[in-house]
Amino acid sequence: MTTVAVKPATMAQALTRAMRDAMASDPTVHVLGEDVGTLGGVFRVTDGLAKEFGEDRCTDTPLAEAGILGAAVGMAMYGLRPVVEMQFDAFAYPAFEQLVSHVAKMRNRTRGAMPLPITVRVPYGGGIGGVEHHSDSSEAYYMATPGLHVVTPATVADAYGLLRAAIASDDPVVVLEPKRLYWSKESWNPEEPAPVEPLGRAVVRRPGRSATLITYGPSLPVCLEAAEAARAEGWDLEVVDLRSLTPFDDETVCASVRRTGRAVVVHESGGFGGPGGEIAARVTERCFHHLEAPVLRVAGFDIPYPPPMLERHHLPGVDRILDAVGRLQWEAEG
Amino acid sequence: MTVLEQRGAYHPSPPPAWQPRTDPAPLLPDAEPHRVLGTDAAESADPALMRRLYAELVRGRRYNAQATALTKQGRLAVYPSSTGQEACEVAAALVLQERDWLFPSYRDTLAAVARGLDPVQALTLLRGDWHTGYDPREHRVAPLSTPLATQLPHAVGLAHAARLKGDDVVALALVGDGGTSEGDFHEALNFAAVWQAPVVFLVQNNGFAISVPLAKQTAAPSLAHKAVGYGMPGRLVDGNDAVAVHQVLTDAVRRAREGGGPTLVEAITYRLDAHTNADDATRYRAADEVDAWRAHDPITLLERELTGRGLLDEAGIEAARADAEAMAADLRARMNQDPALDPMDLFTHVYAEPTPQLREQRDQLRAELAAEREGDSR
Ligand SMILES: Cc1ncc(C[n+]2csc(CCOP(=O)(O)OP(=O)(O)O)c2C)c(N)n1
Repeated sequence: MTTVAVKPATMAQALTRAMRDAMASDPTVHVLGEDVGTLGGVFRVTDGLAKEFGEDRCTDTPLAEAGILGAAVGMAMYGLRPVVEMQFDAFAYPAFEQLVSHVAKMRNRTRGAMPLPITVRVPYGGGIGGVEHHSDSSEAYYMATPGLHVVTPATVADAYGLLRAAIASDDPVVVLEPKRLYWSKESWNPEEPAPVEPLGRAVVRRPGRSATLITYGPSLPVCLEAAEAARAEGWDLEVVDLRSLTPFDDETVCASVRRTGRAVVVHESGGFGGPGGEIAARVTERCFHHLEAPVLRVAGFDIPYPPPMLERHHLPGVDRILDAVGRLQWEAEG
Repeated sequence: MTVLEQRGAYHPSPPPAWQPRTDPAPLLPDAEPHRVLGTDAAESADPALMRRLYAELVRGRRYNAQATALTKQGRLAVYPSSTGQEACEVAAALVLQERDWLFPSYRDTLAAVARGLDPVQALTLLRGDWHTGYDPREHRVAPLSTPLATQLPHAVGLAHAARLKGDDVVALALVGDGGTSEGDFHEALNFAAVWQAPVVFLVQNNGFAISVPLAKQTAAPSLAHKAVGYGMPGRLVDGNDAVAVHQVLTDAVRRAREGGGPTLVEAITYRLDAHTNADDATRYRAADEVDAWRAHDPITLLERELTGRGLLDEAGIEAARADAEAMAADLRARMNQDPALDPMDLFTHVYAEPTPQLREQRDQLRAELAAEREGDSR
């Protein structure tokens, strides 16, 4: 076997590679969406797939999100594995009815007779200076829908592994792709990608002893940076990357919090009714006696996503995280 | 100028690759709905098919009556009757080959049963013991769709997938007049036409969406006219004329199977019962309107044709009724048994593998049930 040198690769390239490998190994995998063919997607994530596999396998559809996902339902009913691209987070909303009423429920409605192996790829989140409707963090909506798996990669290797696992899953998976990490690079060997793990496993990205930052997707690099900065103040922060929001890896998260006794949940989406509330509640329920302080949340504000020139005030940054970490000195003040 | 010619004029300067549509099928529906019964065309209709349709209509009418009665006995949570629309239901089921797929809405239990589904299994959605009581792949009948028009893009996707696989499978999707206003209706028709998917859309225009009459639903001259804008033929048919519906659908299905693409068929019919057993139709329609439609009842129309031509006699009518009665008795008897339900099933079919969260909740319910049994046995 010829080994390809480990080279810098972007998350977008890893996602493309995941689809390409899935399509090559399984003829039932079909990609469809707006501009996914000739153009290769507005983020070029489907680049080259139509050329390599033909327009029947990588299809430019009419501009209609409910139609795309609804058609994918029928395709999956007939034995295909559709991979749907929603062009942007906020343009996936027209397909919500199909997602909630059919995609998420078909296995259940039919008592297991008709599972739908559909992958819905949604570029999400801010930080790219996008105009209105191009920066939403919609994970709470998907998490609130039983029957869906919801995953979000934060590294190049995970982008490949999670998307392969999503396409291989017999259940519908929403893959939230942090669009501001599309161009983040890592050394990565596409010929020997890390083994595809089952969905639902969190990972400790940075071990530490004094508190746990629980995060995912676009906020992971911010948390790692905060952890470095916190060393100066004597904090040794552990950083847990959830990778999967549904199913949720209570085990990894709670093992970490039990070790450190303190936790901060960090994400871009709004805090009220957001994923952090659920995560904080779970951690509190399971680790109450290990906690030295309340579980805190650092989230985006509870506002519609702001215009690009103001987004840096909205997105949780290193300072806001360090601020929360400071507030974990709960018992000292008590 | 025909509609086809107009399309050329509508593009300011057509690029060289642009071709006018060459499909010879005209897009606009005829001004008058297609009719067979009571016309000369009935002479050439197949007597065996007409008898078959008749038997199914009588069974269907009896099925609707029996299911409605079951709601009164509390055996069904609700039943949206298709009484008056049986010709559409039956024709939809009978034009399909075994390998074809039917995509019904919540009102189309009868079409599913006429296609061969066990009447009890077809009713589980409405009985409340499970959402879909059958394996859709076994009968090629999609789950009855409750959200309006959402099943239409599924039919398109399935037909498209079948064609990609090289199977000559056709999907027939049913929708009501109200459902044609939904966005999914538009998206499905557009996809179907662009993909030339082998799909047939049958709109059962029964005059009302719950209480809202067609005039408040659309300003189009007919629902079949909507096909033109998508680039597919629209067809109008008398939805109470079982033979006519069968003919129009047969043509559309054949065309789809031969690669001719989708068709939108509007069947003009009438819902003789209320929207469901829970609805009071006297609030929104007059008795004389209902009476006028009763005179145009699908069973009466076909019975008149068959008896008039000596293809059906008293004995034949009796036999059809006896057969329907037997079906109803069997349905009654089986629906009067309490379904066996396992509460643990709540967690069985959410994901292929239950999530850790669901496993915890499953254990919780199991413990609650054990405690309940413990309490019972004391
Ligand atoms: C998306 C959606 N909105 C509203 C409803 C509630 N609803 C159920 S039936 C109905 C009327 C449907 O009328 P039509 O499409 O003409 O079908 P019919 O009942 O006449 O067969 C409505 C509004 C629904 N089921 N789905």
